[in-house]
Parts: sequence; C-alpha cells; structure tokens
Amino acid sequence: MAFTLNVNGAPHVIEPGEGEEDIPLLYVLRDHLRLNGAKYGCGVGQCGACTVLRDGAPVRSCLVPAASLQGREVTTLEGLRAPEGTLHALQKAFLAEQAGQCAYCIPGMILSAAGLLRQKRSPTEADIRTALDANLCRCGSHNRIVRAVQRAAAELAE
Amino acid sequence: MSARVSRRSVLQGSLVLAFSLAGPALLAQTSKPRLPGDLARTPGLDAWLRIGADGVVTLMTGKVELGQGILTALGQLCADELDVEPSRLRILSGDTRVCPPEGVTAGSMSIPNAGAAVRQASAEVRALLVSLAAERLRVPAKRLRVQDGTVKNTGGGAVTYWALVGGKRLNREATGAVAPKPASQRRHAGKPLPRVDLPAKLTGEPRFVQDLRPDTLVHGRVVRAPTPGASLTEVDTVKVSAMPGVLKVVRDGDFLGVIATREWQAVKAAAALALVARWKEGRPLPVDPHAWLLSQPTQDTVIHRVERPTDVAPERMLEATYRRPYQMHASIGPSCAVAAWDGSTLTVDTHSQSVFETSEAIAKLLGLSKDQVHGRHVEGSGCYGHNGADDVAADAALLARALPGRAVRVQWSREDEHTQEPYGAAMVTKVRAGVDVNGDVLDWDYALWSTSHGTRPGGEPGNLLAGRSLAKPFRQPTPRNGGPPNYSADRNAIPLYAFPGQQVTTHFVTAMPLRVSSMRGLGAYANVFSIESFMDELAHAAGVDPATYRLRQLQDARAKAVIARATERFGWNRFERRPHHGRGLAFARYKNLATYCAVCLEVFVDPATHAPRVVRAVIAADAGEVVNPDGLANQLEGGLLQSLSWSLKEAVRHDARRILSRDWEGYPILTFSEAPSVDVQLIDRPEEPFLGAGEASQGPTPAALANAVFDATGLRVRDLPVTPERLAALRRAQGAGQ
Repeated sequence: MAFTLNVNGAPHVIEPGEGEEDIPLLYVLRDHLRLNGAKYGCGVGQCGACTVLRDGAPVRSCLVPAASLQGREVTTLEGLRAPEGTLHALQKAFLAEQAGQCAYCIPGMILSAAGLLRQKRSPTEADIRTALDANLCRCGSHNRIVRAVQRAAAELAE
Repeated sequence: MSARVSRRSVLQGSLVLAFSLAGPALLAQTSKPRLPGDLARTPGLDAWLRIGADGVVTLMTGKVELGQGILTALGQLCADELDVEPSRLRILSGDTRVCPPEGVTAGSMSIPNAGAAVRQASAEVRALLVSLAAERLRVPAKRLRVQDGTVKNTGGGAVTYWALVGGKRLNREATGAVAPKPASQRRHAGKPLPRVDLPAKLTGEPRFVQDLRPDTLVHGRVVRAPTPGASLTEVDTVKVSAMPGVLKVVRDGDFLGVIATREWQAVKAAAALALVARWKEGRPLPVDPHAWLLSQPTQDTVIHRVERPTDVAPERMLEATYRRPYQMHASIGPSCAVAAWDGSTLTVDTHSQSVFETSEAIAKLLGLSKDQVHGRHVEGSGCYGHNGADDVAADAALLARALPGRAVRVQWSREDEHTQEPYGAAMVTKVRAGVDVNGDVLDWDYALWSTSHGTRPGGEPGNLLAGRSLAKPFRQPTPRNGGPPNYSADRNAIPLYAFPGQQVTTHFVTAMPLRVSSMRGLGAYANVFSIESFMDELAHAAGVDPATYRLRQLQDARAKAVIARATERFGWNRFERRPHHGRGLAFARYKNLATYCAVCLEVFVDPATHAPRVVRAVIAADAGEVVNPDGLANQLEGGLLQSLSWSLKEAVRHDARRILSRDWEGYPILTFSEAPSVDVQLIDRPEEPFLGAGEASQGPTPAALANAVFDATGLRVRDLPVTPERLAALRRAQGAGQ
C-alpha cells in the first residue's frame, strides 16, 4: 500500500515493494528516497548512526516502521540546510572543529544534537554528553563532537 | 570520492615530449640517489601526477582514506612542492587501474612512504615544468617563479603548467636529484588544513561505499555459519527463492547468499534463509584463550639479545605476567561492498585497506586473471584495522558473478561484523627483571605468546572468509609472524630502555581457533602495556618516581623529551593527592622507529563500585616533521580514546560453541560520558623525517591506565580490560591475603 511520508519539508509518495509492508524508515530513506544521511549501523537501535528527527525529536530510523509516520515530519541530515543551501549551524560547527575521522557516525551525531538543541538552547557539556551517550563513535572523535555542539549552540544563541 | 578515471582516459593524450632540459639539477646523474618512499617502487612521474588541459592537477595515490586524513595531508605536500593551490588538486586514491600500487594502507606508514613519494614526485614535476617554461619564455629558470601553476618571469611573461603539458604524459622517471623545498618555504605542510573529505560526509553527499547506487543496483546478503568453523549440511532454497523481490539464491559449499531487488527484501530473505539452513558445528573453541595459548606448539624465536657486560649479581628479581583478550575492530558501519560482473571484468568498490592485494585475491577466488578485477577504493566506516571490508568485497564478487550485468551491493549486518570479522589476537606476556641496588634494571627477560596479527588477503583467496567456504575451498595459508624492523606479534616487544642485559623471545602460535588479524598497533598494544606496567612496578619496588625511573634508564633524547613534555603539561610533579584519584604514565616509540609518544592519565576509582573513570589525559608526541598538526592531534587523541575503550571495556565474549558478543550490548564500547578530555602536545621537528603516527597512542594508553589505577587503589591489574569486576576481585584477594 502506498503511503505519504513528509521528509525534509516535502511530501513523498512511498510505494513499498512486495514484502516491504513492514519496511523501517531507514530503508525508505536510503533505498527509496536515495538519501545518504541516515546510516545503517546496527539495525537494533543501539548505535545511533541512523538517527533522524520525527517532529523535531530524535528517533532511530532503523526501528521505526515507515508506514507509521504518515502525518509526521521527518528530518534527515539533508534537510538541515537552509533552502538556499546554507549549512546548518551544526554542520558549520562540525566542519570548524573538524569533528570526525571516518565520520560514518557523524550524521547521527548531528541529528541527535539537533534534537537536543531544540529542547535546550544552552546545554551544558554534561547535557551534551548525556544526549549523545547512545550514539557510538569508534574513531575517538568524542571531544571534538562535543566542542562542535557547544560551538553550534553558541552560534544559535546569538 | 573523486570522479573515476578509466585507464583509457589516463593514457589518452599520451605524447612523448622531447624535453631539452636546461636545469642543471636534472642533468646527467652519475650515481642515482635512492628515491624516497613508494617512489622507489613506482618511479614514473606520470603514475603520480597529471596536469590536465583544463588546469586541474590530478594526484594519484595507492594509499586510501580511512578517516586519518591522508588525502588532505598528501594534497598539502603536493601543493607545496608543485606550487599549486590545494583547491586545484583532484586526488584519486586506491584505484587498481589508475593509482600507483602502494600496498596496504596500514602500519603508520602512509606519510613516511606515500608522503615522501608525493613530495619528491611533485618537486621533480615542478622542476621539469619550470625548465620547460624557461625554454618557452626564453629566460633562465632562476628568473622564474610559480604561483598556482602559472610560471611567471619576474621581468614579464608567463605560461601555465597546463599550457605547457596539459593532457600530455611526461614520460619521465624520478631521478631523486631535485631537492624538495626547505621547511621555511613550505606554505601548506605544517598547517592545519581542513580535511578534504569531510564536507561531503557532513552534508549527505555520496562519499561512503554504502552510498553507491549504480543504475543496475541490487542487494545481496550472505548467511554465515552460526558458530565458527561450522559447515552447511542442508538448506531448502525453494521457499526463499519465491519470496518477493528475490532474484537469486546462491549456494557454493558453505557459502550461502541471496540477491533481491530491494534492500529490505534482501534483509528478509536472508533472515528466512538463515532459518532453514542446517549447520554442523566445527571444533569447540578454547574457553580460556590464555591457557590455550600457553599449551600450544609454538615457533620460538629469540628476537633480541644483549649480553650484560658485567657479572654483578642482581639485588633482586621481580616478575609478572600480563594478558590481553581477543578484541574487536567493531566499526560503527558494518562492512559493505558493491561489485559488478560484465562477463569480462569484475569491478569491485570496496573500503578495503589493501585494494590491490584484495583485488588479486578476488581474481584468484573467481578464477580470473589479475587484470580482470578492477578494485576501486571508496571510503567506509573506520576502525583502523583489518575488519570485514575485504570479506564483504569477496561476498559481493561471488554474488555479482552469479548475476551478470547487475551491481550487487552486499551490506553485512551488525551481527555479521561482530561475529565474523578477524579479531585482535589474545596474548600472554611474561617479564622478569633483575635489578641493582638502586632498583635499576640489570637483566630484562621478556617473552610473549600470541597467534597471528596478520591475515590480510595479501593476494590469497584462502584469507577471505568466502574463499574458505566454497565447495572447492581455498586453504588459508599458515600465518607467519612479521619480522624486523616492524615486527608483528612482537611489535614493540624490544624495550627502548638502556638495560645492560636484555632478551626477548617470541612464542608464535600458528593455529587460530578464533579468527584473528591486524588490529591497530598489532602486538604493540599488549607489549607496551606489559613493558610500561612492569616499569611502573619496578619503579614502585625501587621507591622511585615512575617518571624519574624511566628517564634515568633512557638514552634517546627524543624519548626523554616527550616524557618531559607530557609530565610537565600534566602537572606530574605538583599532582595533588586526592582520595581515590591516581596518576599514571607510560611511554613508547611506536615500532621503535616511528612516533615517540608519552601518555599521562588521571583516574578516579569509585570506592564503592570499583568503577574506574579517566578524568583527563595528556599526550605528548614527536612525529618528526608534522604535515597537518590538526590531523595528527586528531589521530593521537582518537587513538588514545579507542585504546581506552579497549582497555576499560572490551573483550570478545565466547563460549566453547559460539561468539556471544553479537551486538553492542554484547560488546560495549566507550561512550561520551566515559571519554576524558585529552590535551595533545606536539613536538614539531620540521627538518626531521616523517615518523608514522596513526597507532602511536594505542600502546601507552592501557599502561598509563593500569598505572593510574594502581596509584589510586594500590591494586595492580595485569589483565585487560581494567573492569570494576577485576578490581573488586583484586580487592577481595588483597583482603584475604591480609
């Protein structure tokens, strides 16, 4: 059954293939909409690489059935930029801090941080670490990521 | 990822230029200087650089981006020597048909080998182009200067590199006779240029192999044995073949895979296939890997021996045994590859660290000639080691051959990666020292037991997981330990301290009940942990400050300098005693020939739970000439945090039948709340050779941790990881002993 999914401000009609009735959001984003931001990491909600925003709050797209999101607004990494293409404060801050090595986990970090900054405009360092605790990084870029979120928070607060 | 360049387009425009060389530096070489790094293997300048007619300069390298920033650093070196802006560079990397074969990207050798080659090749191409410009402009070369590829005469007149040779081959080999610029004239090397690969990764542009979507894309999955060494006895593929979207079920011996149109269809089909597959279990796994190691037949080598010149009897003998468990690479993104077979050529897009050798292994796996497999590196999720990247490339190749004309993307699951990747080898080390009246070492006797740290494909299909599972299987070669100067299991087993008597013995076990291979630092992780923990034990036994104790037994001035810098920055001598807090120091020069690195840590150990928490860390490192200080700091800090994760939390859990660490709950890694602040101090030596740095902090970190925990608690942990359970057990044993 086809359904409509609002992704990054635009409605998309999704037509799952046969056997895809229970398709998780992650596979719709990547395989149907050809978006790269959400990454497959574990498929069981343990690593955060697939994090996107659902009505502004972070969710693990590998666990959420896509069909359950009709009428909701989904935001991915690709949807953070302003319509004219300007990078989001978080993207600029991650670049400024060179926050990442392989950077596979970074889109999930940015979306989790975006969720945090919607809730809390001026998070403490501890707030940031707690908010990102379930997002895993293997290259050891943790401190740069925290600094990037602090930098973005400062810019957004101005 | 840069645009692909086919061999044809690279060769097009080939034209032998009749150079009449004016530059005296380039004339008649009587004795050929040795070419630096990988340039010695590939001296043709066209293999490294091309000047496009459109003004784009293409730099080609066989080394690949793992997140360490190599492409950025190589671009800096090239831009400096060639006198072009970094933005003018297009960098092609790890394409077996386009790039110079530079072997495996590993061992902290990319800057020393590829960096040195790129610097020299770029300097030589610049000299060549300036001499051509001199001819064209009819002025002496010394009156010319170059700005972003435009050669200008100080008295007027200019010509660009691309006007001179754009689109043409240089047909010239490096001579080694051109001197690269002195440090004072470098504009980019030594500066923190931002990474060239990051913008795409932060905006969702396709940059990872996981993001490739060729028009003919289909999705493959492989169903793996549920226990190591199991063989497939029976599988009914009829039902799965009829599932929605399924294009093909492929079975060859124990190799079982499925291809479907949509990715989610492939995931479901693979799950259904796993349910109907029947397996016969392999041999049981040794439940205690360390007891197993000590009971195995070994290849014994005394790798180092120094006879003590004096025969004074030691005042005291001390000894200790240390252990490291099996640990995982555990990349955040499970391995992935895309392969396509058109009936004559197999292309494979892979995040392998050894594209050339893995492509060769895949060719043998499929019975193809080497030239028929075109390997192309595309970035993947990192870990700095031999993870599932090569295996999934072989999986994709096998499935692609079964479905010609389609690009088959194989994405391993989390469980695949956790249970199938080759682990870092468990090790046991025993060290025994005789000390003099001051507590300084007279005799040092060190022995280690280890399985292999190197089963990368190396052109052998038997090293690929799929290769061993086919109906006509390829035998896995018996692993060999790597010898000097880099060593492998015994990497960093030889102490850098000036002990009068020394002996180091390697007991190498060739069997591999659990699959093992190269994990960042190889044996250096356990060897430096052992040596530097024991140095701490000896210092305490002697009643001497651990920093002083090390410094007075070292002769290498650069080694002393990093220890001095780390302790000074950490505030070692003014460390204020607080309950349950401790400080720890450790040092190593990676491989005894690469980066010098000292680490100081402060820990807090919760008295109720015994949970150790690292409060802060300082690293001081001397990597010789620093190409990109921010990239280097990122590597060193990341290495420390990764090594802390190994050392605080990580051990592969298994029983006699199966791997129990099957996801992140079964194999937890360091979180944001557990990551300490890290202060990285670099000692830059712009006139010194590059020293590889990518693995320098792996070894000192666990020792600094164990030493700090001892300082805080009086408990000596000799088994990694340093867990609350281990500390609680040591506390109980201590209580019982009193």
